Amino acid sequence: MSNNMTYVRTEMLPALPPPAGQGGVVKWLRENLFSGPLNTVLTILGGVALLWIASHVIPWLLHSVWNANSLSECREIITATWGPDATGACWAMVRERWHQYMFGFYPQDLYWRPTLAFVLMFVALAPVLFTHLPRKMLWFTGLYPAIAFWLLWGGSIWAPVVAMLGFAVMAIVFRIGSPRLGVPVSAGLGVLAAAFWWLFLQSELSGNLQSAIPLSIESVDSDQFGGFLLSVVIGVTAISASLPMGILLALGRQSDMLLVHSLSVGFIEFIRGVPLITLLFTASLLLQYFLPPGSNFDIILRVIILVTLFAAAYIAEVIRGGLAALPRGQYEAADALGLDYWQAQRLIVMPQALKISIPGIVSSFIGLFKDTTLVAFVGLADPLKGITQIVRSDINWKGIYWEPYIFAGAIFFLICFGMSRYSMWLEQKLKTDHR
Amino acid sequence: MAEQAIDRSKMKVSDEVAVQITNMNKWYGQFHVLRDVNMTVQKGERIVICGPSGSGKSTLIRCINRLEEHQSGQIIVDGTELTNDLKNIDKVRSEVGMVFQHFNLFPHLTILENCTLAPIWVRKTPKREAEEIAMHFLSKVKIPDQAHKYPGQLSGGQQQRVAIARSLCMKPRIMLFDEPTSALDPEMIKEVLDTMISLAEEGMTMLCVTHEMGFAQAVANRVIFMDKGQIVEQNEPREFFNNPQSDRTKLFLSQILGH
Repeated sequence: MSNNMTYVRTEMLPALPPPAGQGGVVKWLRENLFSGPLNTVLTILGGVALLWIASHVIPWLLHSVWNANSLSECREIITATWGPDATGACWAMVRERWHQYMFGFYPQDLYWRPTLAFVLMFVALAPVLFTHLPRKMLWFTGLYPAIAFWLLWGGSIWAPVVAMLGFAVMAIVFRIGSPRLGVPVSAGLGVLAAAFWWLFLQSELSGNLQSAIPLSIESVDSDQFGGFLLSVVIGVTAISASLPMGILLALGRQSDMLLVHSLSVGFIEFIRGVPLITLLFTASLLLQYFLPPGSNFDIILRVIILVTLFAAAYIAEVIRGGLAALPRGQYEAADALGLDYWQAQRLIVMPQALKISIPGIVSSFIGLFKDTTLVAFVGLADPLKGITQIVRSDINWKGIYWEPYIFAGAIFFLICFGMSRYSMWLEQKLKTDHR
Repeated sequence: MAEQAIDRSKMKVSDEVAVQITNMNKWYGQFHVLRDVNMTVQKGERIVICGPSGSGKSTLIRCINRLEEHQSGQIIVDGTELTNDLKNIDKVRSEVGMVFQHFNLFPHLTILENCTLAPIWVRKTPKREAEEIAMHFLSKVKIPDQAHKYPGQLSGGQQQRVAIARSLCMKPRIMLFDEPTSALDPEMIKEVLDTMISLAEEGMTMLCVTHEMGFAQAVANRVIFMDKGQIVEQNEPREFFNNPQSDRTKLFLSQILGH
C-alpha cells in the first residue's frame, strides 16, 4: 500500500450533513455562557445584576399612575394602592403635558397645521426612501418645503410661492447655461440668480401679490415653536439639506482645482474644529457678515443653517471615506467609456461611494437629530431641557425627575431606531456585489 | 491555439492611420517611463505588445485614451490630437474601447445596465435601442442569459467577456486590451481569447498588451517588444518568434517560452 503510487478514484463522494450535536441550545449555552470557570462566574454575576435592576425598574413601571393632577396626587395614589414604601412612575404628567412636548407653545386651535405637515412629510419622503414608488411623487417632494413652511408659520401664501419660484429661476439659468458654460459655471450662475431673487425681489414681489390677491392664514411666530415640532423641523430640514451639501464638499475636497479644494478643506476643518454650541451662540454674528445689513434673521432659520453646515462638514468626511474605498479601476472604466466628470460622479462613483458610506451618513443624521436639543442654549424650547424645565416650574409637577426624560428619550429612541433600521434595510437592498 | 482555424478573410490592414504616436515621452515624477516612442497603427491592425513588467507597455496603451497623460510628443487618435482639451479627450474615449486586467465592471449595475450605460449617456441612444445593441453583443460573447445578473455573480472569464461586450456597445473603432487574461484562471483564459479572436476576425483594430504568445502567433499582424520604456523590436509574429534580432528580445522569449 505504502509503495503504491498510482491511485484512481472510481466514484465521487456525495456531500453529507454535518455530524449530530453540532447545534442546539445546550451547545450554545456551553460555548457562549459557561465555557470556563471565569466565564461561568461572570455569567452568574451578570445575571444577578440584571435581576437587581429589573427588581427595581419593573415594580416602578407596574405602579404607573396615568390619572392625576399633580405629582403629590400621584404619590398618594401609589401609597394608597401599593403601600407606603412603593415607588411608581407618574405618567399623569405626560398625559397632561404631552401637547407641550409635541408642539411647544404653538396655538392649541392650530395644532392641525403641524400635524398635517407631519403627515404630508411622510408622503414627501416616501418616494425618496423607497425607490420603487412612482417617480412622479417626487414633484410633491419638491413642493413640500413650501407647503410645510406655509402650514407651520402661516402668513401669506405668496412668500413660499415666490421663494419656490427662486428655485425655478435657478433651474432655468442652469438649463440654459449648462450646454454652453458647463455644469459648474452654470450651477454657480443659477445659485447667484436665485440668491439675487430671494434677497432683492422676494419681499417686494410677494408683498405685491399679497395685496393683489390676498391669500393668507394666521401666522405663527418662531418663538411659539417648541418640543418635538421644533426638533423635527430643524432635524428634517438640516438632514435633507446637509446630504447634498456634504456630497459637494466631499467632491470639492477631491478636486484638482486649487481654489475649490482649499475652500472645501478650510470649511470642513473650521466647522469640525468648533463646537456646535459655539456656532449656535455666534450664529447671529456670523450670519450678519454674509447678509445685507439690517436683515433680521429668524432664529429657527439661523439654527437650521448652522446645524446644516455643521452636519455637512461631517457628512463630507464620511463620504470622502466612501470615495477612498472605491477602486481606481471604477474611475478608469468610467473615463474609458467616455463619461464626463459629472456623469461619472452621478452614475458610477456616487452610487457606490454613498452605499459604502450609508452607516456613517446615518450615524451623522442620528447625531444631528439628537443635537437639535442643543437649541436649548439659544433660548428655544427643545423637548429635553426646555419643555421639561417649563413642566417642572409648574407647582403641580415640581420635583418630577425620571418621567420627562424617559418620555422624551423614548420618542428620540423611536425616531433614531427607525432611521437605523431603514439604513440597514437599504444596505441589504443595495447589496449587489455578492462578496 | 495556433492550429485553430481562423477566418482571415476580413483581417485586412488598410492604409488609413488609426493611431499616430510621434516622439512621445512620459514621466512619473522623476521616472522616465516612456522614452521617445514612435508608432503608427493602421486601421485593421492587430498588434500585440509584450515585454517584462515595468517596461511601460500598459502605460503606452493607456496613453492612447489618455488614462495617462503624456508630457511631450504627439498622439493622434482617429484624426483627433490628444491635448488638455476635455472635448477631444471625451471624443477619443468614446471611439476607443478599453478592456482592463481586472475587468472594472460596475458592481452596482446589472450586466445589461453595464452595457447600456455609456451608449445611453454618451451617445444619447434611446434606452430600448441601447438594450437591443447590448443584447446583440452579449450574445456575441455568449452570455445573453446572464443579462440581469450582477457582475459579482459571474465567473472571472464571464466578467471579462461582459467587459468586452460593454466596450463593443459603444461601437468603437479601436480596441485596447490591457492584460485581459492575466487575472484569470487557466480554464477561463481560453474563453476570453476566443472572444478576442472572433473580434479580430471581424476586422477590429486591436492593441493588446498580453503574455499570451499563442494568441500573438495566431492573430497578430505585428508584435512589439518593449523594455525600459522603449520599443526594442517589432516584427511580424513569425519572424519575431523564430528570428528575434535583439539580445534583450531573445532573453525575454527564452524566459517565457522556455518551459
